[in-house]
Amino acid sequence: MTDMRLADEASGDESARVASWRLLLGNPVTTISAVVLVGIVVVALTARRIAPYGTNKIDVADALQPPTGAHWFGTDELGRDIFSRVLLAAHASLQIALASVAFAFVVGVTIGVISGYRGGLLDAVLMRVVDVMFAFPVLLLALAIVAILAPGSATTILAIGIVYTPIFARVARASTLSVRVEPFVAVSRTLGTGHLYILGRHILPNIAGPVIVQTSVSLAFAILSEAALSFLGLGIQPPEPSWGRMLFDAQGFVQRAWWMGVFPGAAIFATVLAFNLLGDGLRDVLDPKQRTMIEARRQR
Amino acid sequence: MIGPILSARHLRVRIGRRDIVRGIAFDVQREQTLGIVGESGSGKSMTVLAATGLLDAPGSVVTGTSVLAAAGDSAPTQLLGASGRLLRTIHGSRIGFVFQDPGTSLNPLLTLERQITESLRTHRGLTRRQARARALELLDAVGLPDPEARLHSYPHQLSGGQRQRVMIAIALACDPELLIADEPTTSLDVTTQAQIIDLIRNLQRDFGTAVIWISHDLGVIGQVADDVTVMRDGEAVEQSPILDVFDRPQHRYTKQLLEARPLIGGPGPPPPADAPVLLDVDGLDVRFPVTTPIGKSIVHAVRDVSFSIRRATTLGLVGESGSGKSTVAAALTGLVKPDAGTATMGGTDVFGVPRAEEKALRRRISLVFQDPFSSLNSRTRVGLAIAEPLFVHRLAKGKRGRQSRVAELLDLVGLPASFASRYPHELSGGQRQRVSIARALAAEPELLILDESTASLDVSVQARVLDLLTQLQCDLRLTYLFIAHDLAIVQRMSHDVLVMRAGEAVEYRPAADLFASPEHPYTRTLLAAVPPARPRAADPA
Repeated sequence: MTDMRLADEASGDESARVASWRLLLGNPVTTISAVVLVGIVVVALTARRIAPYGTNKIDVADALQPPTGAHWFGTDELGRDIFSRVLLAAHASLQIALASVAFAFVVGVTIGVISGYRGGLLDAVLMRVVDVMFAFPVLLLALAIVAILAPGSATTILAIGIVYTPIFARVARASTLSVRVEPFVAVSRTLGTGHLYILGRHILPNIAGPVIVQTSVSLAFAILSEAALSFLGLGIQPPEPSWGRMLFDAQGFVQRAWWMGVFPGAAIFATVLAFNLLGDGLRDVLDPKQRTMIEARRQR
Repeated sequence: MIGPILSARHLRVRIGRRDIVRGIAFDVQREQTLGIVGESGSGKSMTVLAATGLLDAPGSVVTGTSVLAAAGDSAPTQLLGASGRLLRTIHGSRIGFVFQDPGTSLNPLLTLERQITESLRTHRGLTRRQARARALELLDAVGLPDPEARLHSYPHQLSGGQRQRVMIAIALACDPELLIADEPTTSLDVTTQAQIIDLIRNLQRDFGTAVIWISHDLGVIGQVADDVTVMRDGEAVEQSPILDVFDRPQHRYTKQLLEARPLIGGPGPPPPADAPVLLDVDGLDVRFPVTTPIGKSIVHAVRDVSFSIRRATTLGLVGESGSGKSTVAAALTGLVKPDAGTATMGGTDVFGVPRAEEKALRRRISLVFQDPFSSLNSRTRVGLAIAEPLFVHRLAKGKRGRQSRVAELLDLVGLPASFASRYPHELSGGQRQRVSIARALAAEPELLILDESTASLDVSVQARVLDLLTQLQCDLRLTYLFIAHDLAIVQRMSHDVLVMRAGEAVEYRPAADLFASPEHPYTRTLLAAVPPARPRAADPA
């Protein structure tokens, strides 16, 4: 316990944190992606109020209309307004992606770091469990989980989270293995430093790079996994919309109504791209070496 | 009249906005060796890579001229700005290269035969059989035992010295007129270094090759070079024949380099006033189990080693790579568990310390590693790195107390207090090593283990760090276990010396006696392999 408190105290460097923020937001690409993400979140939270039509307002007479002034993104086969549905789906899609990746991140990184740091029998056992999870087809595993619990967004989050956990465990373990043997860790051990301090101060900051990249990639895939589960009737239950669900629904109309797929697809694309760019910016700013280079570049 | 084989003029290299090489001119005479000496960052490798058209750094701009002399029916060739196609017919064929690290310069997936015959088949158009015959000849020439069998070996089956011999065989495969050797012996043990120096000199005589030998080590340059270019900050500060550089150095920097280099036969440290024994190690034995695809084997890293260190003195621990000297340090600091032996320090059993007392013991023994880059966490500020022992052992009260103690420690190692807020990558190698020393001193240890702590530093920086260590020993009555492969600095630092080979202690005596009259043949071999203070050219024989 005391070790953890010491680690916390050690990281309390306010001025450095402020400088990191300034650097992060000083990069135009990162700033734009942050603004886009904030926008998406705001939309997700206020969709019910700003959407021009209801989620499931069916108007068969207006079915499969191309984008017009009345329906900006056109309408689907039941005459529902796609623009409204894209806005309303943001909430469910984002919630599932963020929550499931957060679950996978916390559980996976914990398993991976412990496994890589401790090594030996514990490592062997944990990694075999992870291997078994890896070997299961994603959908089969998700099916099994949903079969035990009732379908719904909480189950979907859990299912996707469990499916993505092994990836984080693997990435965290591999990086931990290489950091663990660095001389600065050995020096720390010779000083009599406790394990928690070494993990918090030496291991975690140094594995942040690959883990952050994995996080932004996983967020992208989680949105798509949710779509696949929804397609099988296991994720978001229709008629509630999600981006993935809408993409799948659009499949049958690719020839006749391109707008049915393009707009939810564009929403996924924008979100995923924003996550990835933000992740890259974050990774650079967290690395002091990169930080110096960015600062030097700015000063020119 | 026969002119130089390679002639460079007004050579400049610019990367981004930095001038790396600022207007250098040199000639390499046929069958002679041009030595280029300088500290890290002086631009010596860049100069030669640029002059031979091999520089491939992004955003680099090379200007000037570099002309390779005519050969046979071809006209003199301007290498700067030459097309990649033309350069490919010259590299490996008329100019051969040997680089520093024999571990990574060879492809681990190809047999030696493939790697040696590659250039023979592309440049000389030899058949497989002819190339193979030539490869055998070459391996024999570079002194690799049993070349026939070695042709099918992979690089990992060879020792470092053998790999460097293979690199030399590859470089000489097409009988080049010019051989570029970039720090070819730096990562080798001193006895291997002596062999490689002799090898290249003999081959140069037999093949009539001109050589550019790049090194940071004036001792090595003295053994190989006919002419010397001394470089600093991208400029040639002195260019003269080897004897002039050693006997009549013109530039202040050259004199500084000559003075800073450690030499055998220099004075040792002042003897301590009274010296009770601080650490007593008896019968230390360490084995590592190694798992290989063919089964488990045991590496016997340290065999029955005993020694004692008196308070406020230095024990020098000398040996080549693989001698087990670092394992001794690892055992004393709890990084590895010894299989047998005892170590007592002021009544405490170092190897069998109970868990409750372990932390207190760790405080009394500190370790400073060789590599100033990897022994500091790149994501932690200097101040926090130095404060780590203070956190762990709760040695300072509050943030204020820690900050003032860190400032005190920085001052102790000769760095300004403002360095506390810097990151390791913002410091030079010497400064980082000072930070490592400050961290090691933070918990006020009694014994400081210095594991090759100055080996990767430039000579002038090394000299200053050694001065600092001597000063600290006097001021704080510190005891050192000084692990090194360089006999000259061991002599300078140590009161007693222990020589190790293949895990065994072969000689253990007071430093003055050992250097005056080495008893064990291995100690004598080591001493004989050190490049002499005077250049070879000064020797009439």
